[in-house]
Amino acid sequence: MPTITFIEHNGTRHEVHAEVGQSAMQAATFAGVPGIPGDCGGACACASCHAYVDDAWAGRFAPAEGTEYDMLENVVERQPTSRLTCQLVVGADMDGLTLRLPAVQF
Amino acid sequence: MSLDSVVIVGAGHGGVQVAISLRQEGFGGRIVLVNDEPGLPYQRPPLSKAYLLGKINATAMLFRPETFYADQRIELVHDRVAAIDRQNRRVMLDSGSALDFGHLVLATGAHNRPLNVPGSTLGGIFGIKTKADADFLSPLVKQARNVVVIGAGFIGLEFAAVAAAEGAAVEVLELGDRPMARAVSPQMSELFRAAHQGCGVKFNFRTGLAELEGEDGKVSAVTTSDGRRLPAELVVYGIGVIPNVQLALEAGLDIDNGIRVNSSLLTSDPHISALGDVAAFPCVQNGENLTRLESVQNAVDQGKLIAARLVGKPAPYTALPWFWTDQGNLKLQIAGLSIGADNYVTLGDAAAQQLSVLCFRGEELIAVESCNRPGDHVFARKILARPPALTPAAAAAPDFDLKAWEAANRP
Repeated sequence: MPTITFIEHNGTRHEVHAEVGQSAMQAATFAGVPGIPGDCGGACACASCHAYVDDAWAGRFAPAEGTEYDMLENVVERQPTSRLTCQLVVGADMDGLTLRLPAVQF
Repeated sequence: MSLDSVVIVGAGHGGVQVAISLRQEGFGGRIVLVNDEPGLPYQRPPLSKAYLLGKINATAMLFRPETFYADQRIELVHDRVAAIDRQNRRVMLDSGSALDFGHLVLATGAHNRPLNVPGSTLGGIFGIKTKADADFLSPLVKQARNVVVIGAGFIGLEFAAVAAAEGAAVEVLELGDRPMARAVSPQMSELFRAAHQGCGVKFNFRTGLAELEGEDGKVSAVTTSDGRRLPAELVVYGIGVIPNVQLALEAGLDIDNGIRVNSSLLTSDPHISALGDVAAFPCVQNGENLTRLESVQNAVDQGKLIAARLVGKPAPYTALPWFWTDQGNLKLQIAGLSIGADNYVTLGDAAAQQLSVLCFRGEELIAVESCNRPGDHVFARKILARPPALTPAAAAAPDFDLKAWEAANRP
Protein backbone atom coordinates (compact mmCIF):
# COMPACT_ATOMS: atom_id res chain seq x y z
CA MET A 1 0.00 0.00 0.00
CA PRO A 2 1.93 3.06 -1.22
CA THR A 3 1.98 6.14 0.97
CA ILE A 4 1.41 9.45 -0.80
CA THR A 5 2.01 12.78 0.92
CA PHE A 6 -0.30 15.63 0.02
CA ILE A 7 0.84 19.08 1.13
CA GLU A 8 -1.81 21.78 1.30
CA HIS A 9 -0.89 25.26 0.14
CA ASN A 10 -0.67 26.36 3.78
CA GLY A 11 1.94 23.67 4.43
CA THR A 12 -0.27 21.13 6.21
CA ARG A 13 0.92 17.61 5.36
CA HIS A 14 -1.33 14.59 4.92
CA GLU A 15 0.23 11.14 4.63
CA VAL A 16 -2.30 8.98 2.85
CA HIS A 17 -2.33 5.22 2.35
CA ALA A 18 -3.38 4.70 -1.25
CA GLU A 19 -4.64 1.58 -2.97
CA VAL A 20 -2.81 0.44 -6.07
CA GLY A 21 -5.12 1.12 -9.04
CA GLN A 22 -7.09 3.98 -7.54
CA SER A 23 -6.42 7.54 -8.63
CA ALA A 24 -4.34 9.89 -6.53
CA MET A 25 -7.42 12.14 -6.38
CA GLN A 26 -9.48 9.35 -4.85
CA ALA A 27 -6.72 8.50 -2.40
CA ALA A 28 -6.89 12.12 -1.25
CA THR A 29 -10.66 12.41 -1.08
CA PHE A 30 -11.00 9.04 0.67
CA ALA A 31 -8.64 10.35 3.32
CA GLY A 32 -10.46 13.68 3.54
CA VAL A 33 -7.58 15.87 2.37
CA PRO A 34 -8.96 19.42 2.11
CA GLY A 35 -8.31 21.46 -1.00
CA ILE A 36 -8.88 18.64 -3.47
CA PRO A 37 -12.64 18.37 -4.04
CA GLY A 38 -12.60 16.16 -7.14
CA ASP A 39 -16.17 17.23 -7.79
CA CYS A 40 -16.72 15.28 -11.01
CA GLY A 41 -15.56 12.04 -9.42
CA GLY A 42 -12.66 11.46 -11.78
CA ALA A 43 -14.32 12.06 -15.16
CA CYS A 44 -11.67 14.69 -16.03
CA ALA A 45 -14.48 17.20 -16.38
CA CYS A 46 -14.07 19.76 -13.60
CA ALA A 47 -10.36 20.55 -13.00
CA SER A 48 -10.79 20.53 -9.22
CA CYS A 49 -8.03 18.03 -8.38
CA HIS A 50 -5.01 19.98 -9.61
CA ALA A 51 -1.71 19.28 -7.84
CA TYR A 52 2.00 19.72 -8.46
CA VAL A 53 4.13 16.61 -8.64
CA ASP A 54 7.18 17.01 -6.40
CA ASP A 55 10.30 17.75 -8.45
CA ALA A 56 11.98 14.54 -7.35
CA TRP A 57 9.14 12.59 -9.00
CA ALA A 58 8.48 14.82 -11.97
CA GLY A 59 10.38 12.66 -14.45
CA ARG A 60 8.64 9.47 -13.33
CA PHE A 61 5.29 10.20 -14.98
CA ALA A 62 4.31 10.41 -18.60
CA PRO A 63 3.29 14.02 -19.29
CA ALA A 64 -0.35 15.07 -19.21
CA GLU A 65 -2.06 14.74 -22.57
CA GLY A 66 -5.45 15.09 -24.24
CA THR A 67 -8.30 16.40 -22.11
CA GLU A 68 -6.13 16.63 -19.01
CA TYR A 69 -3.49 18.69 -20.83
CA ASP A 70 -6.06 21.07 -22.31
CA MET A 71 -7.77 21.68 -18.98
CA LEU A 72 -4.47 22.16 -17.15
CA GLU A 73 -3.46 24.81 -19.65
CA ASN A 74 -6.16 26.98 -18.20
CA VAL A 75 -6.11 26.29 -14.47
CA VAL A 76 -4.92 28.86 -11.96
CA GLU A 77 -1.13 28.88 -11.41
CA ARG A 78 -0.18 26.14 -13.78
CA GLN A 79 3.39 24.85 -13.40
CA PRO A 80 5.40 22.40 -15.53
CA THR A 81 4.71 19.65 -12.98
CA SER A 82 0.94 20.31 -12.81
CA ARG A 83 -1.35 17.28 -13.06
CA LEU A 84 -5.01 16.54 -12.57
CA THR A 85 -4.68 13.87 -9.93
CA CYS A 86 -7.80 12.00 -11.07
CA GLN A 87 -5.67 10.94 -14.05
CA LEU A 88 -2.72 9.72 -11.93
CA VAL A 89 -3.26 6.03 -11.27
CA VAL A 90 -1.51 4.86 -8.11
CA GLY A 91 1.13 2.22 -8.79
CA ALA A 92 3.08 0.04 -6.37
CA ASP A 93 6.14 2.11 -7.27
CA MET A 94 4.62 5.35 -6.00
CA ASP A 95 5.42 4.87 -2.34
CA GLY A 96 6.79 8.17 -1.06
CA LEU A 97 5.28 10.35 -3.79
CA THR A 98 4.64 13.93 -2.75
CA LEU A 99 1.91 16.08 -4.33
CA ARG A 100 1.56 19.78 -3.48
CA LEU A 101 -1.81 21.48 -3.74
CA PRO A 102 -2.30 24.91 -5.32
CA ALA A 103 -3.73 27.85 -3.38
CA VAL A 104 -7.05 27.53 -5.20
CA GLN A 105 -8.52 24.91 -7.49
CA PHE A 106 -10.58 27.25 -9.60
CA MET B 1 -28.63 27.95 21.66
CA SER B 2 -26.08 26.65 19.22
CA LEU B 3 -26.96 23.95 16.75
CA ASP B 4 -26.40 20.50 18.19
CA SER B 5 -27.53 18.14 15.42
CA VAL B 6 -28.08 18.00 11.69
CA VAL B 7 -30.11 15.26 10.05
CA ILE B 8 -29.65 14.88 6.31
CA VAL B 9 -32.22 12.96 4.25
CA GLY B 10 -30.63 11.51 1.13
CA ALA B 11 -27.06 10.41 0.52
CA GLY B 12 -26.41 11.58 -3.02
CA HIS B 13 -23.92 14.27 -3.95
CA GLY B 14 -25.74 17.01 -2.04
CA GLY B 15 -26.45 15.14 1.17
CA VAL B 16 -22.95 13.72 1.47
CA GLN B 17 -21.42 17.12 0.73
CA VAL B 18 -23.35 18.74 3.58
CA ALA B 19 -21.99 16.12 5.99
CA ILE B 20 -18.39 16.41 4.76
CA SER B 21 -18.45 20.20 4.66
CA LEU B 22 -19.99 20.49 8.13
CA ARG B 23 -17.00 18.66 9.61
CA GLN B 24 -14.54 20.61 7.46
CA GLU B 25 -16.16 23.79 8.77
CA GLY B 26 -15.61 22.58 12.33
CA PHE B 27 -19.15 21.61 13.26
CA GLY B 28 -18.89 19.46 16.37
CA GLY B 29 -22.47 18.28 16.81
CA ARG B 30 -24.25 15.16 15.70
CA ILE B 31 -24.53 14.47 11.96
CA VAL B 32 -26.90 11.75 10.73
CA LEU B 33 -27.10 10.83 7.06
CA VAL B 34 -30.24 8.85 6.25
CA ASN B 35 -29.72 6.70 3.16
CA ASP B 36 -32.59 4.66 1.68
CA GLU B 37 -30.22 2.69 -0.58
CA PRO B 38 -28.03 -0.23 0.49
CA GLY B 39 -24.29 0.15 0.80
CA LEU B 40 -22.11 3.21 1.14
CA PRO B 41 -23.09 6.46 -0.60
CA TYR B 42 -21.88 6.56 -4.20
CA GLN B 43 -21.66 8.87 -7.18
CA ARG B 44 -24.30 8.43 -9.86
CA PRO B 45 -22.75 9.88 -13.05
CA PRO B 46 -20.78 6.72 -13.94
CA LEU B 47 -23.92 4.55 -13.77
CA SER B 48 -24.90 5.33 -17.36
CA LYS B 49 -21.39 5.19 -18.79
CA ALA B 50 -18.06 4.16 -17.19
CA TYR B 51 -19.59 1.77 -14.63
CA LEU B 52 -21.95 0.24 -17.17
CA LEU B 53 -19.02 -0.36 -19.51
CA GLY B 54 -17.01 -1.96 -16.69
CA LYS B 55 -14.33 0.72 -16.92
CA ILE B 56 -14.60 1.43 -13.21
CA ASN B 57 -15.74 -0.74 -10.32
CA ALA B 58 -18.17 -0.04 -7.50
CA THR B 59 -15.43 1.05 -5.10
CA ALA B 60 -14.31 3.76 -7.49
CA MET B 61 -17.82 5.24 -7.38
CA LEU B 62 -17.88 5.66 -3.60
CA PHE B 63 -17.64 9.16 -2.19
CA ARG B 64 -15.69 7.93 0.80
CA PRO B 65 -14.72 4.61 2.41
CA GLU B 66 -16.59 3.35 5.47
CA THR B 67 -13.76 4.35 7.81
CA PHE B 68 -14.13 7.99 6.77
CA TYR B 69 -17.68 8.22 8.11
CA ALA B 70 -16.66 6.60 11.38
CA ASP B 71 -13.59 8.84 11.75
CA GLN B 72 -15.65 11.95 11.00
CA ARG B 73 -18.51 10.86 13.30
CA ILE B 74 -21.00 10.93 10.44
CA GLU B 75 -23.73 8.42 11.32
CA LEU B 76 -24.96 6.46 8.31
CA VAL B 77 -28.49 5.23 8.86
CA HIS B 78 -29.97 2.82 6.34
CA ASP B 79 -33.63 3.64 6.51
CA ARG B 80 -36.31 5.69 4.88
CA VAL B 81 -37.87 8.79 6.38
CA ALA B 82 -41.61 8.25 6.70
CA ALA B 83 -42.60 11.68 7.97
CA ILE B 84 -41.32 14.98 9.28
CA ASP B 85 -42.70 16.23 12.57
CA ARG B 86 -41.88 19.92 12.27
CA GLN B 87 -43.41 20.87 15.62
CA ASN B 88 -41.12 18.57 17.56
CA ARG B 89 -38.24 18.77 15.06
CA ARG B 90 -38.12 15.07 14.57
CA VAL B 91 -38.19 12.69 11.62
CA MET B 92 -39.95 9.34 11.85
CA LEU B 93 -38.27 6.42 10.11
CA ASP B 94 -39.83 3.42 8.37
CA SER B 95 -38.14 1.17 10.93
CA GLY B 96 -40.24 2.81 13.65
CA SER B 97 -37.48 4.79 15.27
CA ALA B 98 -37.16 8.56 15.19
CA LEU B 99 -34.39 11.13 14.92
CA ASP B 100 -34.48 14.55 16.57
CA PHE B 101 -32.90 17.35 14.61
CA GLY B 102 -31.65 20.84 15.29
CA HIS B 103 -31.60 21.37 11.54
CA LEU B 104 -32.93 19.15 8.77
CA VAL B 105 -31.54 19.02 5.25
CA LEU B 106 -33.73 17.54 2.53
CA ALA B 107 -31.50 16.11 -0.19
CA THR B 108 -34.08 13.66 -1.47
CA GLY B 109 -33.23 14.03 -5.15
CA ALA B 110 -35.54 12.94 -7.92
CA HIS B 111 -36.88 9.78 -9.51
CA ASN B 112 -37.21 8.89 -13.16
CA ARG B 113 -40.38 9.97 -14.89
CA PRO B 114 -41.96 6.58 -15.64
CA LEU B 115 -43.20 5.28 -18.96
CA ASN B 116 -46.98 5.15 -18.96
CA VAL B 117 -47.81 3.21 -22.09
CA PRO B 118 -49.20 -0.35 -22.25
CA GLY B 119 -46.46 -2.88 -21.52
CA SER B 120 -44.36 -0.60 -19.31
CA THR B 121 -44.12 -3.24 -16.59
CA LEU B 122 -42.55 -5.91 -18.81
CA GLY B 123 -39.05 -7.15 -18.02
CA GLY B 124 -36.12 -5.69 -19.90
CA ILE B 125 -37.25 -2.07 -19.46
CA PHE B 126 -35.02 0.19 -17.40
CA GLY B 127 -34.49 3.70 -16.20
CA ILE B 128 -31.01 4.37 -14.83
CA LYS B 129 -30.99 6.00 -11.43
CA THR B 130 -29.39 3.63 -8.94
CA LYS B 131 -26.46 1.25 -8.80
CA ALA B 132 -29.00 -1.57 -8.66
CA ASP B 133 -30.40 -0.40 -12.02
CA ALA B 134 -26.94 -0.42 -13.56
CA ASP B 135 -26.11 -3.82 -12.06
CA PHE B 136 -29.23 -5.32 -13.65
CA LEU B 137 -28.57 -3.60 -16.94
CA SER B 138 -24.85 -4.27 -17.32
CA PRO B 139 -25.01 -7.96 -18.39
CA LEU B 140 -28.10 -7.36 -20.55
CA VAL B 141 -26.51 -4.61 -22.62
CA LYS B 142 -23.67 -6.96 -23.49
CA GLN B 143 -26.15 -9.54 -24.87
CA ALA B 144 -28.81 -7.37 -26.46
CA ARG B 145 -28.85 -7.14 -30.24
CA ASN B 146 -31.75 -4.70 -30.52
CA VAL B 147 -31.93 -1.80 -28.10
CA VAL B 148 -34.47 1.00 -28.07
CA VAL B 149 -33.75 4.19 -26.11
CA ILE B 150 -36.66 6.44 -25.18
CA GLY B 151 -35.56 10.06 -24.93
CA ALA B 152 -32.50 11.74 -26.47
CA GLY B 153 -31.37 13.57 -23.34
CA PHE B 154 -28.06 13.15 -21.50
CA ILE B 155 -28.88 9.79 -19.90
CA GLY B 156 -30.49 8.28 -22.99
CA LEU B 157 -27.60 9.26 -25.22
CA GLU B 158 -24.93 8.21 -22.74
CA PHE B 159 -26.59 4.81 -22.70
CA ALA B 160 -27.07 4.76 -26.48
CA ALA B 161 -23.33 5.27 -26.89
CA VAL B 162 -22.61 2.41 -24.49
CA ALA B 163 -25.07 0.06 -26.24
CA ALA B 164 -23.69 0.93 -29.69
CA ALA B 165 -20.16 0.34 -28.43
CA GLU B 166 -21.27 -3.09 -27.18
CA GLY B 167 -22.44 -3.91 -30.70
CA ALA B 168 -26.21 -3.52 -30.39
CA ALA B 169 -28.44 -1.98 -33.05
CA VAL B 170 -29.73 1.15 -31.28
CA GLU B 171 -32.88 3.11 -32.13
CA VAL B 172 -33.60 6.34 -30.23
CA LEU B 173 -37.14 7.73 -29.99
CA GLU B 174 -37.35 11.44 -29.25
CA LEU B 175 -40.41 13.69 -29.18
CA GLY B 176 -38.35 16.77 -30.02
CA ASP B 177 -36.63 17.46 -33.30
CA ARG B 178 -33.02 17.22 -32.13
CA PRO B 179 -30.85 15.60 -29.41
CA MET B 180 -30.63 17.26 -25.98
CA ALA B 181 -32.93 20.03 -27.19
CA ARG B 182 -33.68 21.25 -23.65
CA ALA B 183 -30.02 21.54 -22.75
CA VAL B 184 -27.91 22.63 -25.71
CA SER B 185 -27.83 24.85 -28.79
CA PRO B 186 -28.96 23.62 -32.22
CA GLN B 187 -25.33 23.66 -33.35
CA MET B 188 -24.23 21.35 -30.55
CA SER B 189 -27.25 19.08 -31.08
CA GLU B 190 -26.23 18.70 -34.70
CA LEU B 191 -22.69 17.66 -33.80
CA PHE B 192 -24.04 14.99 -31.43
CA ARG B 193 -26.64 13.79 -33.93
CA ALA B 194 -23.96 13.28 -36.56
CA ALA B 195 -21.55 11.63 -34.15
CA HIS B 196 -24.09 9.14 -32.78
CA GLN B 197 -25.32 8.33 -36.27
CA GLY B 198 -21.69 7.75 -37.27
CA CYS B 199 -21.56 5.11 -34.52
CA GLY B 200 -24.64 3.39 -35.92
CA VAL B 201 -27.30 4.92 -33.67
CA LYS B 202 -30.57 5.60 -35.49
CA PHE B 203 -32.64 8.61 -34.41
CA ASN B 204 -36.42 8.82 -34.68
CA PHE B 205 -37.26 12.48 -33.99
CA ARG B 206 -40.79 13.78 -33.42
CA THR B 207 -41.58 10.21 -32.46
CA GLY B 208 -43.15 8.96 -29.28
CA LEU B 209 -43.70 5.57 -27.75
CA ALA B 210 -47.15 4.02 -28.22
CA GLU B 211 -46.80 0.54 -26.77
CA LEU B 212 -44.34 -2.05 -25.51
CA GLU B 213 -44.87 -5.65 -26.64
CA GLY B 214 -43.62 -8.67 -24.78
CA GLU B 215 -43.03 -12.39 -24.89
CA ASP B 216 -42.89 -14.47 -21.71
CA GLY B 217 -43.02 -11.32 -19.62
CA LYS B 218 -40.08 -9.68 -21.35
CA VAL B 219 -40.10 -6.84 -23.82
CA SER B 220 -39.72 -7.94 -27.45
CA ALA B 221 -40.70 -4.88 -29.49
CA VAL B 222 -41.85 -1.28 -29.25
CA THR B 223 -44.54 0.38 -31.31
CA THR B 224 -43.86 4.02 -32.15
CA SER B 225 -46.41 6.84 -32.18
CA ASP B 226 -46.34 6.74 -35.98
CA GLY B 227 -47.23 3.07 -35.99
CA ARG B 228 -43.91 1.40 -36.67
CA ARG B 229 -42.79 -1.70 -34.85
CA LEU B 230 -39.14 -1.89 -33.76
CA PRO B 231 -37.72 -5.13 -32.30
CA ALA B 232 -36.19 -4.66 -28.84
CA GLU B 233 -34.86 -7.04 -26.20
CA LEU B 234 -33.85 -4.07 -24.11
CA VAL B 235 -35.51 -0.70 -23.62
CA VAL B 236 -33.91 2.12 -21.63
CA TYR B 237 -35.76 5.34 -20.96
CA GLY B 238 -34.56 8.75 -19.88
CA ILE B 239 -37.53 11.09 -20.22
CA GLY B 240 -36.86 13.41 -17.35
CA VAL B 241 -37.16 13.19 -13.59
CA ILE B 242 -39.70 14.10 -10.94
CA PRO B 243 -38.41 15.73 -7.75
CA ASN B 244 -38.98 13.71 -4.57
CA VAL B 245 -41.12 16.28 -2.76
CA GLN B 246 -43.58 13.94 -1.02
CA LEU B 247 -42.08 14.24 2.47
CA ALA B 248 -41.89 18.01 2.21
CA LEU B 249 -45.39 18.24 0.80
CA GLU B 250 -46.85 16.17 3.62
CA ALA B 251 -44.97 18.31 6.11
CA GLY B 252 -46.62 21.43 4.68
CA LEU B 253 -43.51 23.02 3.20
CA ASP B 254 -43.94 25.27 0.17
CA ILE B 255 -43.65 23.33 -3.09
CA ASP B 256 -43.23 24.85 -6.54
CA ASN B 257 -41.80 22.39 -9.07
CA GLY B 258 -39.61 21.17 -6.21
CA ILE B 259 -39.17 22.16 -2.61
CA ARG B 260 -39.22 25.94 -2.65
CA VAL B 261 -36.17 27.53 -1.02
CA ASN B 262 -34.86 31.08 -0.73
CA SER B 263 -31.44 32.33 -1.80
CA SER B 264 -29.96 30.84 1.39
CA LEU B 265 -31.51 27.48 0.45
CA LEU B 266 -33.88 27.56 3.41
CA THR B 267 -37.37 26.14 2.94
CA SER B 268 -40.48 27.83 4.30
CA ASP B 269 -39.45 26.36 7.68
CA PRO B 270 -36.28 28.05 9.04
CA HIS B 271 -35.15 24.75 10.56
CA ILE B 272 -35.24 22.92 7.23
CA SER B 273 -33.03 23.37 4.17
CA ALA B 274 -33.29 21.70 0.80
CA LEU B 275 -30.78 21.31 -2.01
CA GLY B 276 -29.89 19.64 -5.26
CA ASP B 277 -32.31 18.03 -7.71
CA VAL B 278 -35.26 18.47 -5.37
CA ALA B 279 -34.84 22.18 -4.58
CA ALA B 280 -36.35 25.05 -6.56
CA PHE B 281 -34.20 28.09 -5.80
CA PRO B 282 -34.07 31.70 -7.08
CA CYS B 283 -31.35 31.33 -9.69
CA VAL B 284 -29.16 34.37 -10.37
CA GLN B 285 -28.28 33.01 -13.82
CA ASN B 286 -31.97 32.62 -14.62
CA GLY B 287 -33.21 36.08 -13.70
CA GLU B 288 -33.87 35.07 -10.07
CA ASN B 289 -36.66 32.79 -11.28
CA LEU B 290 -37.29 29.66 -9.23
CA THR B 291 -35.14 27.03 -10.92
CA ARG B 292 -34.42 23.39 -10.32
CA LEU B 293 -31.10 22.10 -11.62
CA GLU B 294 -30.26 18.41 -11.91
CA SER B 295 -26.49 18.34 -11.71
CA VAL B 296 -23.53 17.31 -9.59
CA GLN B 297 -22.20 20.87 -9.44
CA ASN B 298 -25.50 22.24 -8.16
CA ALA B 299 -25.80 19.61 -5.43
CA VAL B 300 -22.17 19.98 -4.32
CA ASP B 301 -22.09 23.78 -4.27
CA GLN B 302 -25.45 23.98 -2.51
CA GLY B 303 -24.24 21.44 0.05
CA LYS B 304 -21.19 23.57 0.81
CA LEU B 305 -23.33 26.69 1.13
CA ILE B 306 -25.75 25.09 3.59
CA ALA B 307 -22.91 23.70 5.72
CA ALA B 308 -21.29 27.15 5.85
CA ARG B 309 -24.56 28.76 6.88
CA LEU B 310 -25.09 26.21 9.65
CA VAL B 311 -21.75 27.17 11.19
CA GLY B 312 -22.59 30.87 11.06
CA LYS B 313 -21.29 31.90 7.64
CA PRO B 314 -24.43 32.65 5.62
CA ALA B 315 -24.26 33.70 1.97
CA PRO B 316 -26.68 33.84 -0.95
CA TYR B 317 -26.35 31.06 -3.51
CA THR B 318 -24.87 32.44 -6.74
CA ALA B 319 -22.57 29.64 -7.98
CA LEU B 320 -22.18 29.37 -11.74
CA PRO B 321 -23.92 26.21 -13.00
CA TRP B 322 -21.84 23.77 -15.00
CA PHE B 323 -22.55 20.33 -16.41
CA TRP B 324 -20.83 17.57 -18.29
CA THR B 325 -21.74 14.44 -20.20
CA ASP B 326 -19.53 11.78 -21.79
CA GLN B 327 -21.01 10.06 -24.82
CA GLY B 328 -18.69 7.70 -26.64
CA ASN B 329 -15.60 9.76 -27.47
CA LEU B 330 -17.44 13.05 -27.00
CA LYS B 331 -16.97 15.05 -23.83
CA LEU B 332 -19.51 17.86 -23.57
CA GLN B 333 -18.97 20.48 -20.86
CA ILE B 334 -21.41 23.30 -20.34
CA ALA B 335 -20.82 26.44 -18.28
CA GLY B 336 -23.74 28.73 -17.48
CA LEU B 337 -27.42 28.42 -18.40
CA SER B 338 -28.47 28.97 -22.01
CA ILE B 339 -32.14 29.68 -21.23
CA GLY B 340 -33.28 32.43 -23.59
CA ALA B 341 -30.17 32.37 -25.79
CA ASP B 342 -30.84 34.01 -29.15
CA ASN B 343 -27.41 34.45 -30.66
CA TYR B 344 -24.62 31.91 -31.05
CA VAL B 345 -20.96 32.17 -32.00
CA THR B 346 -19.03 28.97 -32.66
CA LEU B 347 -15.33 28.26 -32.19
CA GLY B 348 -13.53 25.24 -33.59
CA ASP B 349 -14.63 22.63 -36.08
CA ALA B 350 -17.81 20.62 -35.78
CA ALA B 351 -16.65 18.14 -38.42
CA ALA B 352 -13.59 17.38 -36.27
CA GLN B 353 -15.93 17.00 -33.23
CA GLN B 354 -14.17 19.87 -31.48
CA LEU B 355 -16.60 22.72 -31.06
CA SER B 356 -17.46 25.43 -28.57
CA VAL B 357 -20.72 27.32 -28.85
CA LEU B 358 -20.86 30.68 -27.11
CA CYS B 359 -24.50 31.35 -26.22
CA PHE B 360 -25.60 34.99 -25.99
CA ARG B 361 -28.88 36.55 -24.90
CA GLY B 362 -28.74 39.83 -26.76
CA GLU B 363 -25.25 41.15 -26.03
CA GLU B 364 -24.80 39.10 -22.87
CA LEU B 365 -22.76 35.89 -22.82
CA ILE B 366 -24.82 33.44 -20.75
CA ALA B 367 -23.39 29.99 -21.49
CA VAL B 368 -20.59 28.18 -23.27
CA GLU B 369 -20.95 24.61 -24.55
CA SER B 370 -17.70 22.84 -25.33
CA CYS B 371 -17.37 19.49 -27.06
CA ASN B 372 -13.86 18.06 -26.84
CA ARG B 373 -12.51 21.55 -26.14
CA PRO B 374 -11.99 21.26 -22.36
CA GLY B 375 -9.67 24.24 -22.24
CA ASP B 376 -12.49 26.47 -23.46
CA HIS B 377 -14.69 25.14 -20.67
CA VAL B 378 -12.22 26.14 -17.98
CA PHE B 379 -11.99 29.67 -19.41
CA ALA B 380 -15.73 29.89 -19.88
CA ARG B 381 -16.23 29.20 -16.18
CA LYS B 382 -13.84 32.03 -15.34
CA ILE B 383 -15.33 34.48 -17.83
CA LEU B 384 -18.94 33.75 -16.88
CA ALA B 385 -18.25 34.06 -13.17
CA ARG B 386 -17.20 37.71 -13.40
CA PRO B 387 -17.18 40.79 -15.64
CA PRO B 388 -16.13 42.22 -18.07
CA ALA B 389 -18.59 40.84 -20.54
CA LEU B 390 -17.60 39.22 -23.79
CA THR B 391 -19.72 40.53 -26.65
CA PRO B 392 -20.90 38.60 -29.71
CA ALA B 393 -18.99 40.98 -31.98
CA ALA B 394 -15.70 40.37 -30.17
CA ALA B 395 -16.25 36.60 -30.15
CA ALA B 396 -17.03 36.54 -33.88
CA ALA B 397 -13.72 38.21 -34.81
CA PRO B 398 -11.38 36.09 -36.95
CA ASP B 399 -8.93 34.00 -34.89
CA PHE B 400 -10.81 34.80 -31.68
CA ASP B 401 -9.41 32.76 -28.80
CA LEU B 402 -11.01 32.47 -25.36
CA LYS B 403 -7.70 32.11 -23.56
CA ALA B 404 -6.19 35.23 -25.15
CA TRP B 405 -9.36 37.20 -24.48
CA GLU B 406 -9.50 36.15 -20.85
CA ALA B 407 -5.84 37.11 -20.34
CA ALA B 408 -6.33 40.52 -22.00
CA ASN B 409 -9.52 41.29 -20.05
CA ARG B 410 -8.66 39.99 -16.61
CA PRO B 411 -9.93 42.46 -13.98
